[in-house]
Amino acid sequence: MAENELPPAVRMRSIVKSFGPVEVLKAVDMDIVAGEVHALAGENGAGKSTLMKVLQGVHQITSGTIQVNGEPVTIRNTADAERAGIGMVFQEFSLIPSMTVAQNIFLNREIRGTAGLVDDRAAENAARKIFDGLGVKIDPKARVSDLGTAYWQLVEIAKALSKEASVIVMDEPTASLAKHEVENLFDLIETLKKRGIAIVYISHRMDEIRRVADRITVLRDGRVVLASAVATLTAAEIIEAIIGRRLASDLVYRDRQLSGDAPILLEAKNIASNRVLKSVSLTIRAGEIVGLAGLMGSGRTEFARVVAGMDRPTQGTLSIDGKMVRFATPIAAQQAGVALIPEDRREQGLVLEHSVADNLTLPVLDRMKAGGFLSMRKLRDATEDLVTRFAVKASDPYAPISQLSGGNQQKVVVAKWINTNPRILVMDEPTSGVDIGTKTEILDIVRDFASRGNAVLFISSELPELLAVADSIVVIRQGRSDLPLVRTDIVSEEQLQLTIQGDAA
Amino acid sequence: MTSATTITRPALVSRVMTRLDWRSNIIYIAFVIVFILFAIFLGSDGFLSTNNMLNIVRQTATISIMAVAMTFVIAAAEIDLSVGSIAGLASVVTAMTTTQFGLVPGIVAGILAGAIIGAINGGLVALLKVPSFLVTLGMLGLAAGLAQWITSSAPQPITDRIYVMIFGGGDFGPVPGMLVWTVVAVALGWLVMNRTGFGRKVLATGGNPTAAAYTGIRTARIKFSVLLISGIAAAIAGMLYAGRLESGRFQWGQGDELTVIAAVILGGTSLFGGRGAIIGTLFGSLFMGLINNGLILAGLEVAQQQVVRGAIIIAAVALSRKK
Ligand SMILES: Nc1ncnc2c1ncn2[C@@H]1O[C@H](COP(=O)(O)OP(=O)(O)OP(=O)(O)O)[C@@H](O)[C@H]1O
Ligand SMILES: [Mg+2]
Repeated sequence: MAENELPPAVRMRSIVKSFGPVEVLKAVDMDIVAGEVHALAGENGAGKSTLMKVLQGVHQITSGTIQVNGEPVTIRNTADAERAGIGMVFQEFSLIPSMTVAQNIFLNREIRGTAGLVDDRAAENAARKIFDGLGVKIDPKARVSDLGTAYWQLVEIAKALSKEASVIVMDEPTASLAKHEVENLFDLIETLKKRGIAIVYISHRMDEIRRVADRITVLRDGRVVLASAVATLTAAEIIEAIIGRRLASDLVYRDRQLSGDAPILLEAKNIASNRVLKSVSLTIRAGEIVGLAGLMGSGRTEFARVVAGMDRPTQGTLSIDGKMVRFATPIAAQQAGVALIPEDRREQGLVLEHSVADNLTLPVLDRMKAGGFLSMRKLRDATEDLVTRFAVKASDPYAPISQLSGGNQQKVVVAKWINTNPRILVMDEPTSGVDIGTKTEILDIVRDFASRGNAVLFISSELPELLAVADSIVVIRQGRSDLPLVRTDIVSEEQLQLTIQGDAA
Repeated sequence: MTSATTITRPALVSRVMTRLDWRSNIIYIAFVIVFILFAIFLGSDGFLSTNNMLNIVRQTATISIMAVAMTFVIAAAEIDLSVGSIAGLASVVTAMTTTQFGLVPGIVAGILAGAIIGAINGGLVALLKVPSFLVTLGMLGLAAGLAQWITSSAPQPITDRIYVMIFGGGDFGPVPGMLVWTVVAVALGWLVMNRTGFGRKVLATGGNPTAAAYTGIRTARIKFSVLLISGIAAAIAGMLYAGRLESGRFQWGQGDELTVIAAVILGGTSLFGGRGAIIGTLFGSLFMGLINNGLILAGLEVAQQQVVRGAIIIAAVALSRKK
């Protein structure tokens, strides 16, 4: 390739970044070459987002050098990064929900018309042109809050493109995408590559990395432990670099010897709701993990909300322990032993301004009392226990949770709800953004939880993990459920994928 | 499948929008209903006379001007509780300076008083990250006390005819000066909010501060600016009080902050930031004036007026809230 003649689009050398006394990046080197997809991998908290935020001017480097096209640059703020041609699709939601798509794309770089006034019409046309070039259909006049999550990313990509970025960083772009949306994104990445744009692709998913990436850099504890072409590596080698050891338990199903006559804990019959649900039925026995599969928008999340008492069914019945229940509120559901780990941690799962400790103990404050008042000692012990058990990487459990890396925030959500000792646990995409090592640990925790006679409803778009954990799988299509697939019904991942797509494909 | 419906506007979005619009446009509906009710029941008391209509505009001009500025503050997800007190302070500062040093120094001093307090509010919020609720709550007492202190609680008469002309006493032909002030403030506010980069930055800061910062917007600077603007607008309102009533008094503007904030929220601006409806604000403010006027014409006592006004505000705000 032309790597030897041309300088790389971005060359980072000995990048160090500290937050106060905590050194997050320790002399990191990375080259990003025009027209390549460069995967950036590593455990939760390894420093991936931080490295890219430094490049984007959100954080300033403590020391080190950055060259863009061979020229040394100083990136002090996002304007500097923009001038250097670097755009980023952030891991955390970074659009203004109350503004339109076009207004978001051109935020802080508004197109001016007569008398220097902002010209929304021109912005809408420009946005439409970008979307046309990408082959996606989004109305530039639509308000972002009215768009589905899948479109947020596209808007952010368009925003980066509108800045004529030559390097686009995508931080876990598929974490909230369904399978076919991931395919669309990959097509898009292909298009961008052809235009000579370099893409940094941060992901925890091996299959994606091996599919789209040309080269990979792996970080561990703020250091580069692997930098190589992807084609020469096996998935196992990449995983080993990421977690620093061989993965003890890979994503494989482990038969937990369920007895078919265990009591039925949760039974849903022909559930319909105002939203998408038309007719969903399933049963979960004590000790069983039922996987719920389906496309985005098929009604998985809506079903979870009904079980957790957040929405009321318009038809059908829900029974727990054989007794029919009608939850008026989520609290009623909680009292009946149902806990929901919601899909979007930032909007529903966490109080971002509060500390890790506060978030972890919030649902169980009643158990933290001594003589009518909260016991600081109980709170501290409970926090320490959970942080170790779930391997939450937090330099200070009393610092705001917003400072944690994305994957570690997700671990806190899972820990928080499992700790409430529910009997029926509903998990909606619980491992979104969680690294591969921790993912296997979370799956172990879920298995262990079920084996103690509890019921788990596990919703996931990631089939390998669903296949690894679920004892049976129910597929929902357009608000209707099929008969459950037991393990022997499932031939292969591909075949399951086809079933999920069904007539929607 | 959801995805497809979400982006084709005619289908889902417009349906959602009409529902939202109904809620965020509640002020216009409320305005029309109350107007018709008053016209029917108070028509014989002179409610519909041109003079009474112009009176409503005159009396609401100060509220409207402060409310336009407050729309920016609230759109940036901040609040300014000190506007009423700033108005009172500016009214006495401008009156005393005009009497002692003349017209121009008087005008400058009045505006400066508001700018300084606004800058202190903004500085504390932007630099020290103190919540604006606390800063301006403190400033509410501080500015009111200061105004009372420097005047020893005495009214400060204004005899300068030109001052009185400019600040609200005068008319341009049939058009009251107060109406001109209102129109200018609203037009300027609308333009800045909807057609300038500054307006966008304000909305972005209130809508999602992290995203705004990632996009290179200096959110601290925006917070400073909106509170500074609010202070200046409040000072102008105070000078309009002084002009219309031909004196500066520490009591002018007392309690206005509540009317102003209610007008903004009624107008459809979200208390959580990210949205700013200037025209809505104008109607919110006119609505408040309308109710005041009608209740007085109806012969209600001050105490009764307060009760009815409070109830109407709660009802309208409750209706205008998104679910
Ligand atoms: N603003 C901040 N203040 C203090 N510490 C921070 C801040 N931002 C990140 N950190 C810390 O830096 C470390 C690296 O975080 P970073 O977000 O880069 O991880 P990551 O590799 O992106 O992880 P993930 O896969 O979970 O997203 C974490 O330990 C995190 O707690
Ligand atoms: Mg990250």
